[in-house]
Amino acid sequence: MALVLESVGKKLGGEVHLHPLDLTLQPGTMNVLLGHTGAGKTSLLRVLAGLDRPTSGKLLRDGKDVTRATARERSVAMVYQQFINYPSLTVRANIASPLRKRSAAEIAGRVRELAQQLRIEELLDRLPGQLSGGQQQRVAIARALAKGADLLLLDEPLVNLDYKLREELRDELRLLFGAAGASAQAASRAAGHAATVVYATTDPAEALSLGGTTVVLHQGRVLQHAPALQVYHRPASLEAARVGSDPPLNVFAGRVRDGAIELGESLGGAARVPLAGHPHLARLPEGEYQLGLRASDCRLRPQAASDLPVRVQVELREITGSESFVYVRAADTASQLIVHQDGIADCQLDEALTIHLDPRRLLVFAKDGGALVSSYHEGP
Amino acid sequence: MAELVLQGVSHSYELARGASAVARKKPPAFALRELDLRWRDGGAYALLGPSGCGKSTLLGILSGLLRPTSGQVLFDGKDVTELSSRERNVAQVFQFPVVYDTMTVRDNLAFPLRNRGLSSQHIAQRVRDVADALELGPALDKRATRLTADEKQILALGRGLVREDVAAILFDEPLTVIDPHRKWMLRRKLKEIHRQFRHTLIYVTHDQTEALTFADEVVVMSTGAVLQRGTPEELFLRPAHTYVGTFIGSPGMNLLPCQLVTRDAQVWAKVGGHELGLGDGVRAALAQRAGESPRLELGIRPEHVTLEPGDGAAGVPLEVTAIEDHGRFRIVVGKLGGEAVEGGPLVVKARLPGGEPAAAAVGQTVRVRFAADRVCLYEQGHLVAAAPLPAPPPPSLAAASDAAEASP
Repeated sequence: MALVLESVGKKLGGEVHLHPLDLTLQPGTMNVLLGHTGAGKTSLLRVLAGLDRPTSGKLLRDGKDVTRATARERSVAMVYQQFINYPSLTVRANIASPLRKRSAAEIAGRVRELAQQLRIEELLDRLPGQLSGGQQQRVAIARALAKGADLLLLDEPLVNLDYKLREELRDELRLLFGAAGASAQAASRAAGHAATVVYATTDPAEALSLGGTTVVLHQGRVLQHAPALQVYHRPASLEAARVGSDPPLNVFAGRVRDGAIELGESLGGAARVPLAGHPHLARLPEGEYQLGLRASDCRLRPQAASDLPVRVQVELREITGSESFVYVRAADTASQLIVHQDGIADCQLDEALTIHLDPRRLLVFAKDGGALVSSYHEGP
Repeated sequence: MAELVLQGVSHSYELARGASAVARKKPPAFALRELDLRWRDGGAYALLGPSGCGKSTLLGILSGLLRPTSGQVLFDGKDVTELSSRERNVAQVFQFPVVYDTMTVRDNLAFPLRNRGLSSQHIAQRVRDVADALELGPALDKRATRLTADEKQILALGRGLVREDVAAILFDEPLTVIDPHRKWMLRRKLKEIHRQFRHTLIYVTHDQTEALTFADEVVVMSTGAVLQRGTPEELFLRPAHTYVGTFIGSPGMNLLPCQLVTRDAQVWAKVGGHELGLGDGVRAALAQRAGESPRLELGIRPEHVTLEPGDGAAGVPLEVTAIEDHGRFRIVVGKLGGEAVEGGPLVVKARLPGGEPAAAAVGQTVRVRFAADRVCLYEQGHLVAAAPLPAPPPPSLAAASDAAEASP
């Protein structure tokens, strides 16, 4: 089922939750809504579900206007942050609850199949109250899948789970819905009714891990709708890059003049990057830009001859054992940068040292509006 | 600020409820098994573990909300086991922000300081300092009810930090409900404030990144027991227990059944029919081990599994079953080739650098190498051999690293 949103907007009491937006969700695809809290993710999900009516625009389902159809009239299932199950029903009955008008054997078979997929076969006779949070959420997802709806909406389903459980369930959701191993979906797709999945999250790592396409939402606007890796490598704008970066994107101002990007004002000293030798920078017109560089493209040790050395002072160091995050400030400037590197960073607080920025990985954005001007990644 | 010590502390909610020995049919369940822990004055510590591991019980015992079934709580050598939170003078920050909605940010921050005989000038200055440190300055005159969820949590942090005379500040999952991009800022704030004010901080979380980045030293707990206490580097490179190996790291440590064999007067680890070399450090540790057990588990982190270039015979064959591209890095999942193993194929994950082109494809068989010096060997879950840490820890960590690993 293709779902098309045409200038769909949502206002509530004079406050804009969604600016009029256009969005097409292809049948059987995994779509991740990525945005900060308050970006409009839940508003959009509720409009998609038919729980809220948009204040402007139209929703077309396979070309048919369903804007005014209620949630009940649409084929939609939803999974929430909170673990919502019928507390007095067993896991088996919870999963079976949307299955109607089928033989008992058919229902039992489908429940078993879903329980197997979500690894809760052992728990079928228990009550939700006897389960851990992760198990309860698995039951809620199994029930949503049992509904066999055309549209499956998940609103930050893992946010209330322990970190490790989150990682584990995310892996499984990727296999269930994701682009990587859509085996479960493939069977349904062959049968002609693969669900379109929309998954809301605040976590860029989750968007990358689930794969599929990412819809970047910010302040009620869609900033980008593209495959997850494209959002990572070719963010449509500075804001989209920020929403999609964890750790935060390093951003600094630069001016292109005389065949180089001059960064002295933002990074101190006479920092400049020659345009020649960097295919994605070579044809930048003169003028002012905002530059983005991921923390993992800044290093404590030089790696390539083209690296740009920048004098900095260490403000903070975080070590996870496998990785280090070093927060620095460029000497004599207000520019704060994060260096993300594998292993234990060999530096001390307040130490003055030189870090090395990799110009081959610079993202170039317009000074005004922040639209992407050039990325190291060619894109499709 | 104080040094915090737990001596022989254990806790059973059943016994605390006063369930009599006769009424109970089973021995009582202990949420916390007997343990000894010490947190030095002015240190930043974390308690890390999954839900139900006992970390919140431990926090409750430290804060005075729970009286332990056994043992003593000492603050700077003084027994405070019977004292309330208030008498112990600890500040707490919870998962959900505790702030007074009807008060301004300024009054919220000042509240814990009132009725403590401080001059209003002193209070105003302290409120200003903490507000500046947390970047709450511009919001001082806003009512708390008008703040966003994460601003409220920052304010709750501020309320915890504002008192200079507290023995310790206890954080119970304070960043769980915060957006990832705000966590970076808040973690940074917490660290900076710790540097500035040097409170004893104890931070409870299930999130390894939060624990490892926040603390100089982390206590990892599972099912009511302490499995390991150490610096982030120790927990990463020398997990004392397989549970720590899998809990820490994304993805966690690969664990593979292994046997030790001796060939050419050297010990090798046999995994799925392949004889794998061991680093000198691992061999030295093995040589010192008393007793012998043929059945071990080999632990190797995905970060320490590398692809062998070319079509050579080096390394071990891995049939790639999935690749997850995270942009900066890729997780390659595969089945280890070789002899059939009880319980199905051995799954190995490797964390490889991102970028183009991908060095492996699904369905392809590649050859991988385990970094010989980063292999850890386990017997019934417990570490029996691993190389020492590569270099002495940097000075800032050395100060907090007489990390006696408590035995579970």
